Order: sequence, then C-alpha cells, then structure tokens
Amino acid sequence: MARRAGAPEVSAGSMADIAFLLLIFFLVTTTIETDAGLDRMLPPMEPPTEAPPIIKQKNIFTVNINRNGQLLVEDEILSIDKLREKAMAFLDNGGAPSGSPDYCSYCKGKRNAESSDNPTKAIISLKNDRETKYSTYITVQNELVGAYNDLRNREAKRLFGKDYVDMEAEYLNPETEDSVKEELKEKVTRIQGLFPQKLSEAETSSE
Amino acid sequence: MSKFAKKKDGEVPAVSTASLPDIVFMLLFFFMTVTVMKDSSLKVENVLPNASEVKKLEKKDRVIYIYVGKPTREYEKTFGTEPKIQLNDKFASPSEVGDYILMERAKKPQEIQNVLTTALKVDKNASMGLISDIKQELRKVNALKVNYTTYEGDAFNNLQ
Repeated sequence: MARRAGAPEVSAGSMADIAFLLLIFFLVTTTIETDAGLDRMLPPMEPPTEAPPIIKQKNIFTVNINRNGQLLVEDEILSIDKLREKAMAFLDNGGAPSGSPDYCSYCKGKRNAESSDNPTKAIISLKNDRETKYSTYITVQNELVGAYNDLRNREAKRLFGKDYVDMEAEYLNPETEDSVKEELKEKVTRIQGLFPQKLSEAETSSE
Repeated sequence: MSKFAKKKDGEVPAVSTASLPDIVFMLLFFFMTVTVMKDSSLKVENVLPNASEVKKLEKKDRVIYIYVGKPTREYEKTFGTEPKIQLNDKFASPSEVGDYILMERAKKPQEIQNVLTTALKVDKNASMGLISDIKQELRKVNALKVNYTTYEGDAFNNLQ
C-alpha cells in the first residue's frame, strides 16, 4: 500500500453542518407541484316537472361550437380570438334605462337596448357538439371565464385598487391568515355579486 | 501484534464516518419531501390542454381524479384507440363514473364530503361526447364542483 507520510488529516467535523445546510436549502426551495385548472360548477339535476324559468332572449348570449371547432355566436360566425371581446361587450352592456330597477350603474358598455339589461341578468349559454374536440372546448371556456375575470378585475381595481384574480387567489390560499381571509371574503363576494358567473351549458347535441 | 502496531506511524488517518448518518438522513428527508405518492399509473395518453385563467387545486385530499384519453400503446390492442375513461387503475365506461364518485366520497372523512372537487384530467384530443356523458353522471350523483385540469399557458395554443 502506498503511503504518503505526514499527509494532513481532513477534518470531517463540519460535514454534518454542510449536510444540514443542503437539507434546509432543498426543504425551502422544493415545492410539490400542484395541479391547476378551470373551476366550473355543473347545474344540479332539476326535477323534470319544473318548468324552466322564462328568460328574455336579449339576456342570453348563445355560443355554439360545431364539430370542426367553429363558433356560432349570437347566430353569427365568429373567430375564437374575438370571443372574449364580444362576451365582455354583452355582459357589460347594461341596456336597462336609468330609473328602472335593473339599471346598471357601474356598466361601461354601449347601453344597447337590444342586448343584456344588467350583468346580473346576463346569461351565457354554451352548447357543443359531441364531436367537438376537448381542446377547443377548453379554449372557449377559458375565453368566457376570462371575460368575466377581466370585468371583475376592472371593478375590483375601481373599488379596492386591486385585481380580483389576485384577491381570489389570496383568499383561496390556505396559508393566508384568517383575519385577512375574512376581509377578502367580503370583497370577493361583492365583486362576484356585480358580475355573477352565469354560464349555462346545454346538454350536448348529438347531431 | 507489535508488527501491526508499528505500521501506524505515518499512516493516513481514516476518514471519519461520524457524519455518514447525517448524509443519509439528509437524503432520506429530501426524498421524503419531494416524493408525490402516485396511487395509479396512467394507462391513457394524457396531454392536457392549455388555459390562462386557471385556479390552483389546493388540498389534494379533497380531489377525486378522473382521467380520459386514448389508451397508451400497450393497451391499444385490448381497448382500441378510442378515448377511454380511467378510474383508479382500470378502464371504465361512463355509467361507472357515478358509482366510483360515491365510493370515493364514502372513503373521505365526513366533514369534507360536501366540498369535494372532481378533477377531470382529459387529453386534449378527446371528444366532448365522452365528457358530456361524464358530466351527466356527475350531476346524477350531485358532484357538481368540477375542475378541468389544464396546463398554464396560452389557450390559443390548443387550436393548432
């Protein structure tokens, strides 16, 4: 065995410290991946005897997706990248005349009497074909949710100086303190009340 | 004995192994924290679509997963190439979804049974027919909160 006489001893005493340092570093920096996605509520099964509520045609915004992924919005063909704009115009229209109980004081739309009365009345109806591709459907859903989020952001900025999306994310974050949550809940519910998400999905047509 | 004892002079001292347990523990802790328990292996292709308006799915214990997609290559022969539903470890038909949800719900503690979310992990090439069937089944068992799990990204990338 080859030996080098007088080689200095390497101190291993600090090894544990290094190991712990590494351990703490990884502990702090590693995040376990969480899934993300579009949250939606399905409509409850209604008893078959109940008559559907009567809704004025002008308060419904119809979106049809055909099997090739083309959109028919309010009986017109529309390209998918214009959908958000159009949905926002519809929701924010506020067509009810001032003085009527449905009058929308915070709407900044065109106030077209032919379109929705009030964001709380406006309903988006989404219908798709059985052959529609899932990715197209998600894109449309994303744009419609985006339209609501954009409008909610606008109102949240005006009222609280903060984005709605950020407020909601903070509210849903389990690490947020309870006192902060309580305060946020009020604000979030208020914004949701201004632009309630009324996205109805008709049963899929098989043709 | 004296022969061996003599050798000691001038020998390189042994590296201390006292810190070896620390290193091992470090590795152990590291893997403990980063490992995600996987309870079912994917038998379907699962490339999720992109979306930008996403919400995080917090609290994993409150989520029930449903996978949809084309069977992967090894299952192609037995199950064909049409998109299929995977529940836990096996393929299922849409009519089995309701029972599965009820079963999973019964496994959860009482206090969270009403706040469960169903995460639909659907391949982007699946067709809506199957999804509609699943949604009908979910409505029947009153599992109304769904989450279409997506990747974060530009939704228009889906259209290409």
